[in-house]
Amino acid sequence: MVVVSTPDSVLVVGASAAGLSTAEALRRQGYRGRLTILGAEEHLPYDRPPLSKQVLSGVWEPQQAQLRPRAALDALDAELILGDPAVGLDVAARTVRTASGRSLRADAVVIATGLRARTLPGQDGLAGVHTLRGLDDAQSLRKDLLAASRAVVVGDGVLGSEIAATARSMGLDVTLAGPQHAPMAMQLGPFAAELLSDLHAENGVRLRLGASVAALETAGGRTTGVRLETGEVLPAEVVVVAFGAAPVTDWLDGSGLRLENGVVCDACCRAADGIWAVGDVARWHHDGLGTMLRLENRTNATEQAAAVAANILGEDRPYVPVPYFWTDQFDAKIQVHGVLPTNAEVDIVDGATADRRFVALYRQAGRTVGVLGWNMPKQTRLRRSELDTNAIATPTGGTS
Amino acid sequence: MKVTIDQDKCVASGQCVTAALDVFDQRDEDGIVVLLDANPPAHLADDVRQAAAVCPALAIIIEE
Repeated sequence: MVVVSTPDSVLVVGASAAGLSTAEALRRQGYRGRLTILGAEEHLPYDRPPLSKQVLSGVWEPQQAQLRPRAALDALDAELILGDPAVGLDVAARTVRTASGRSLRADAVVIATGLRARTLPGQDGLAGVHTLRGLDDAQSLRKDLLAASRAVVVGDGVLGSEIAATARSMGLDVTLAGPQHAPMAMQLGPFAAELLSDLHAENGVRLRLGASVAALETAGGRTTGVRLETGEVLPAEVVVVAFGAAPVTDWLDGSGLRLENGVVCDACCRAADGIWAVGDVARWHHDGLGTMLRLENRTNATEQAAAVAANILGEDRPYVPVPYFWTDQFDAKIQVHGVLPTNAEVDIVDGATADRRFVALYRQAGRTVGVLGWNMPKQTRLRRSELDTNAIATPTGGTS
Repeated sequence: MKVTIDQDKCVASGQCVTAALDVFDQRDEDGIVVLLDANPPAHLADDVRQAAAVCPALAIIIEE
């Protein structure tokens, strides 16, 4: 018989969705011990999906992206340490060192440090060039967009496509550049990515797809646009670099933890004895899929947090979610449950593509492995039950 | 238990309906949350707490 002891103290490193959700899940599941949340930023915990949409467009005040009101955070009975990034972890002693010199020890340490945006060479210190990861980034980008007439978004994934849609909706002349044949082709597969491509084109976004960006164009310390590998120059006052993000694990270098495209964990999201990882930074073994997986999406942050909290409290249950993500671009709300393999058979089961309102099932070898909804959220949820969760196979690595 | 929802924050994921079918629904046209019961009975309280926890937009507020 395995005797499980509940920890007397838990330290969560990271104060965004995954970190805060872990703290909340611990309390919800009955944990009454000491709880500390350490955040790198000064802001109270905030949500990231609205940054590229409501916050960037100005529909929301930045404070509306806050995850919980102050009173709810106080009710958590956790020590919230903000504006102090973690800089090191002693795995055996379960002690985290911070930039300001704190040394925080706990019986269980949860790593929830998320992602950092990738950048282009020569980007640092160049005016007019932005990445979008945090609240400050969103406000700074918004300020520049309001003063500009032309923007180029480098990156055709979820974030790049959303930023292009938002910037276009703000009235800018927008070019979306990236290596794929259609926006979000990797996440949506050819069928839906083509529809998204049409949507962007109809709304006046210039698409320069299938060509990589060679370099930033500059003059006097400012960007003046980007040059593609084809030689074409796309002039702009604002360039947004959105071609992916990397797990924030540099502070764990030399800790002895396995770091390979994230913090490597077992099926229960445990990186070492008493050390756990959750959210965008965690790469764990999905027993259902039989593969290592790291998910960069909002719902995973919450679901994995609940699983990790339960496992910290002794449950020892493998985390086997059905991946889910959504994106909002122009008038389209696109929701995806499961996976959308390139070679899957696509069957429209509700609505019609011509109406831009439909649900599609993705089948592989006769089994339903994915559900994609386009402006039909309720119907999409109802179709989710048709997924054959045993048949979902997905490539290793991140989805967004 | 008193439940309130924020339809402006709702992202129409429908996770609340999956968690507590008797308390939440979605509008047919756009999937935005509809509150069926603002004062759910005690035997649904755990389901409602679960719904609030899994909502990816944190659009469900509970007063115990």
